[in-house]
Amino acid sequence: MTTTATLEGRDVAARGDGLGGDHHGDRARRRARAREKAAQWLFLAPAIVYVLVFFGYPVVKNLTMGFQEYTTRTFYTGEAPWVGFANYAEVFRSSIFGTTVVNTVLFTVGSIVGQFVLGLLLALYFRRRFPLSNVMRSLLLLPWLLPVIAGTSVWKWMLDQDSGVLNQVLRGLHLVSDPVPWLTSPDVALLGVVIVNVWLGIPFNSALLYSGLQDIPDELYEAGALDGATGWKAFWHITWPNLRGVVNVVLVLGVIYTLKVLDIILGLTGGGPANATQTLATDSYRRSFTEFSFGTGAAVSNVLIVVSLVFAVVYLRVNRRAVDE
Amino acid sequence: MRRITTGIIGASAAVAAVAALAGCGGADSAAGGGDITLKLTDTMSETSAPIYDKIYDACASEQGITVESNHVAGSGLIKTVLQQASSRTLPDVLMLDNPDVQQIAASGALSPLSDYGITGEGFPQGVVDAGTYDGELYGIAPIVNSIGLFYDADKLQAAGIQPPTTWDELADAAARLTTDDTYGIAFSATNSFEGTWQFLPFLWSNGASEDDLTSPEAVEALEFVNRLVQDGSASASVVNWSQNDVNDQFIAGKAAMMINGPWNMPSLEAAEGLNFASVPLPVPSAGDELVAPLGGETFTVPQTGDAERMAAAGEFVTCVTQGENQLTMATGRGAVPSDSEVAQQAAEENPLVASFVETVQSARARTALLGESWPEAATQIYTAEQLALTGSASPADALAQATAD
Repeated sequence: MTTTATLEGRDVAARGDGLGGDHHGDRARRRARAREKAAQWLFLAPAIVYVLVFFGYPVVKNLTMGFQEYTTRTFYTGEAPWVGFANYAEVFRSSIFGTTVVNTVLFTVGSIVGQFVLGLLLALYFRRRFPLSNVMRSLLLLPWLLPVIAGTSVWKWMLDQDSGVLNQVLRGLHLVSDPVPWLTSPDVALLGVVIVNVWLGIPFNSALLYSGLQDIPDELYEAGALDGATGWKAFWHITWPNLRGVVNVVLVLGVIYTLKVLDIILGLTGGGPANATQTLATDSYRRSFTEFSFGTGAAVSNVLIVVSLVFAVVYLRVNRRAVDE
Repeated sequence: MRRITTGIIGASAAVAAVAALAGCGGADSAAGGGDITLKLTDTMSETSAPIYDKIYDACASEQGITVESNHVAGSGLIKTVLQQASSRTLPDVLMLDNPDVQQIAASGALSPLSDYGITGEGFPQGVVDAGTYDGELYGIAPIVNSIGLFYDADKLQAAGIQPPTTWDELADAAARLTTDDTYGIAFSATNSFEGTWQFLPFLWSNGASEDDLTSPEAVEALEFVNRLVQDGSASASVVNWSQNDVNDQFIAGKAAMMINGPWNMPSLEAAEGLNFASVPLPVPSAGDELVAPLGGETFTVPQTGDAERMAAAGEFVTCVTQGENQLTMATGRGAVPSDSEVAQQAAEENPLVASFVETVQSARARTALLGESWPEAATQIYTAEQLALTGSASPADALAQATAD
């Protein structure tokens, strides 16, 4: 796009210096160029319309909603008075905002670290071929195939303080003396939710990292082995540098997916106990759909959109560098 | 350019013609009568839907109309209603949970039921309040519910304990019924309006109200519930139990008593070897009046702009909510008929619902005091309860913190 634009600009400039010339040929050339340009726009149109309708409109709507008093009334009357930054002021001043920001950061960092490390270990493990390795690798995708709500209900039972299987196992092995209040203590609940999200995120991480590992040619390892690079050294000097591109993509996408996680938290704790697992996403949902305060709900989700956008830009840059390499 | 304009004019003329035809058709059939088809949306589950559909059909054929019912999940209803309100595609008859009536009525999407001669006469004040916004009745609930105290009769008998009627008796019974693998009592104190709903009887019966949550009466109520958890008579997990979870705990024998609603009756009766009964929730001291929250879904008539259909919808709602149908719905779903007289009849027929019939007569609607601002107060209430029960703050501090924003 940019190159055609500058070329045309130069053309126009060249014509503009009053040298005149063949008028008929000029017109024909101009018409041909206009037709070509129209064709270009026609090809672009579907993509532009799609992005505007399905991404542009909702985002703009959400942005404007953050500046409006948008309530249940609005849906029927269509009236949503402008309130300037009042919604943002209310959100930032509320005592829950600080809690949700800290929780969002802890939840995201905890989940990403857990998912990535375990996902990478599993991917490395399954690179070796052994009996049933393919079957087991596909079983690993199971959390991905289960409906999230079904998965979280089962986890809620497993993490139950009094009769949950996890506490029974831990106590049976004498690892803990008192049952761990996984989802019922404000000090532990966030960890409980992170554990479930890690379980859910492992398939994504290990599947992508596994395919990244497949792309590393065996010859590199053979050559490395001759030079004495085996085991840990082989990982550090051969695997890791070659996997960097995939790692970047996995991490950045993982952050964006984790920031907006809603269903897992709603299913496990509903943001409780005492807001210990309330994140920006669940708080936005709560404001909009249980308190019907759509204006402040939109304000919170706009904050979330900005944060995600930052990571999206990082993703695009990382991706471009990967392509350039 | 000109060609395009004519094209547009031609198209709009065609649309107008089609619209005119459609309009004529509608008028014709309406004039002929008997061709009205009402759309109805309710939140009945798979098990309850057949009971309601039978009543709908009977009322429709009596009126000489057709009714198409659409059953949706209760949790998704409000989102659907808001979408339909903005696109002006609301059904002719809409079921709304009573605390949502004011929100929707305030938007102007509902029509006053007095237009159709529905006044709520013979219904307890709580039921009328629950469907009223700004002095006008917008929703009428044929059946209502509340919460009470269920107990395992065998366990109480073995311990020689009478069903408690006051807070002291409740705390004492709960402590004595607690064993190694059974808690004395289970209730829901979850991070949602369910938690609020279960705390309200304690708050209201102690004379506190939702517009003054830091009053000594409110603190006292929270201190009482908090003590049940702190002394181990109730599990610390109550902060994460929905009412369904509470019912599961009770059926599994992990709690000797539970606070819950009559809608659990079918599953409790199906539980093998469980000998249960229920009493109204205990009050602070003997002689105090129990004030429990009123639950139940109301029928409303949305503003669809078609006077004839709205009138038919009003007549239909009158039929659906009459005494005989109340009794059928109440029996089928484990609830209390709204009409006080019919409720007495139900209590005589089924002693298991008797305690709830009593509770409902003095039950209060959640939106009666604060109207549209109820959700805000409801959030403060469950937040305070969670802060206290998890030991994050003392009951007094918890209420102060939750109401600070």
